[in-house]
Amino acid sequence: MREPSPGAAALKDVAPVPGVPKPDPILVVDGVVRHFGGLTAVDVEHLELQRGVITSLIGPNGAGKTTFFNLMTGFDIADEGAGTFDGQELRKVPAHKVAGYGMVRTFQLTKALTRLTVLENMKLGAHGQRGERILSALWPPAWRSQEQAIEERAEELLVRFKLDHMRDELGGTLSGGQRKLLEMARALMVEPMMVMLDEPMAGVNPALTQSLLEHVKDLPHHGMSVLFVEHDMDVVMDISDWVVVMGQGRIIAEGPPAAVAKDPAVIDAYLGADHGDESRFTPTPWPPESRAPEARP
Amino acid sequence: MDLYELFRAGLNSAVGPTAIVYALAAIGLNIHFGYTGLLNFGQVGFMLVGAYGLGISVSIYGAPFWLGIVIGLLAALVLALLLGLPTLRLRADYLAICTIAAAEILRFVFRSRPATNFTGGPFGIPSQVGGSGFSGTWNALNPFPSGTYRFGPLAFTHTRLWVVIVGWALVLLMVLTTWALMRSPWGRVIRSIREDEDAARALGKNVFVYKMQSLVLGGMVGGLAGILLALNQASMAPDQFLPQITFFGYTVLILGGAATIWGPVLGSVLFWFLLASIERGLLDSGVMQSGAVGPVRLALVGGALVLLMVFRPQGILGDKREMMLDA
Repeated sequence: MREPSPGAAALKDVAPVPGVPKPDPILVVDGVVRHFGGLTAVDVEHLELQRGVITSLIGPNGAGKTTFFNLMTGFDIADEGAGTFDGQELRKVPAHKVAGYGMVRTFQLTKALTRLTVLENMKLGAHGQRGERILSALWPPAWRSQEQAIEERAEELLVRFKLDHMRDELGGTLSGGQRKLLEMARALMVEPMMVMLDEPMAGVNPALTQSLLEHVKDLPHHGMSVLFVEHDMDVVMDISDWVVVMGQGRIIAEGPPAAVAKDPAVIDAYLGADHGDESRFTPTPWPPESRAPEARP
Repeated sequence: MDLYELFRAGLNSAVGPTAIVYALAAIGLNIHFGYTGLLNFGQVGFMLVGAYGLGISVSIYGAPFWLGIVIGLLAALVLALLLGLPTLRLRADYLAICTIAAAEILRFVFRSRPATNFTGGPFGIPSQVGGSGFSGTWNALNPFPSGTYRFGPLAFTHTRLWVVIVGWALVLLMVLTTWALMRSPWGRVIRSIREDEDAARALGKNVFVYKMQSLVLGGMVGGLAGILLALNQASMAPDQFLPQITFFGYTVLILGGAATIWGPVLGSVLFWFLLASIERGLLDSGVMQSGAVGPVRLALVGGALVLLMVFRPQGILGDKREMMLDA
């Protein structure tokens, strides 16, 4: 097994019960409900995410994971309820302000800015740029030194993500996996406290998956908290300090990876007859050798 | 048919006031469409309010000329705010629909009977209205003594020369401004919005404000184009501001290359060179009556554009690399 995140020790005594309070939560969600017509996409009574650890959000397709992401990051507005991020109210706060608070997301469908160079993609991420105000933009001395500092930081991150050889290429020329790397590196340019990764491994070849995973695992060591959506259970079990399971918009389970994998509610959610073909998920309990007969309904 | 004559006619048109007006309008569209990805199909509306802002304030209400210029530009600013506030939070197509409709609504309102006291109705505001009219100070500022000025194949009257010199200075200024803005971090945000505004939002950029700034800026450049158009003719009428002017503006922009600094200028020069020399060629060759020349020259230029789109879709100055990415 991997070395746990620096903050993971604090979770040792937390009971694996949905909505359980955490010792040092960074994101607290209260009574968030989102309906789409007659469908309740998200209905989360209470959820706390611990600071400085990697939390995975799993659940079958249509469980409301991406909607939950959108609600938290200001890309969608909840019908009821809200969250607080690091003590700041998130109710009806627009997306760009949420990013300003230090919570940055990536997208399931990668958004590499195709007609900007890789370096420009990176530099865009930096927060509080003086040259981004229209009047100062016309007067380069007002922003040149800051721009230089930003460029240095971007170059360092590009080296860390092994994209430095592509720095002057247009974003659109990158491969799918490289785009995922770029998007993650670009999110780090914001210097976030929390990174929300929506399926960062989707459509990435196994070799690159490994490298992406290493980067995700690295984030808590840089003081960041991570929430990420993933379908591959092997990945989830390997990487997470804590796992939150959604099903039909609700939090149906949470806990350390091993505990969640054995939770009958989770197994039900994945194997339940009314979910149709969920063959992308591996509903096997973890670790595999503990495959117990009672896991089968 | 004298080829030199074709060249001369083309050149005179290419550096003339019309080309300048279209270059300015296209610079505004370039900020909107080329860099920000905003579909403004009503650039002519910004030109209209720019021109009438000057005309109404100076000719009807007797305001000083410079105040009239400021009012014309402010009118374009207000129009941009009015169009942007309800539509910029929505998908791109809403702005397109609203701008094209707004430009036509403005034209019909300005030519309507109840508005005649302010706008002159369908006849607009000729220069004589209100003493020396809105172009009086403009003509008084002209430093060139009356007469005809020749530079090689080019020939200008003194009034035309004045418009042309001020006009090209303005074009240069606007090109310079676009260049300075687009190389800055502000320009980087603007271009990122064109690529994917959700990505920009996720990185903490207030996309709505940036789009509004772009709409206002490009709209005011359009207003400037309208002011210059009115000053060149020393008159203005609502039916000069037809929707096709916007589409000629797009033609000019795409011909030169959208999202390039010089694209709109080169496009305008080339467009009017072709249009004028083809017209002269058709007239001189005597293959058709003069009444048929107007539509036929447009058809020929249209054909040339189709060929351009097939063989060089990125425009003359555009980057082929970028075109290949649009999958």
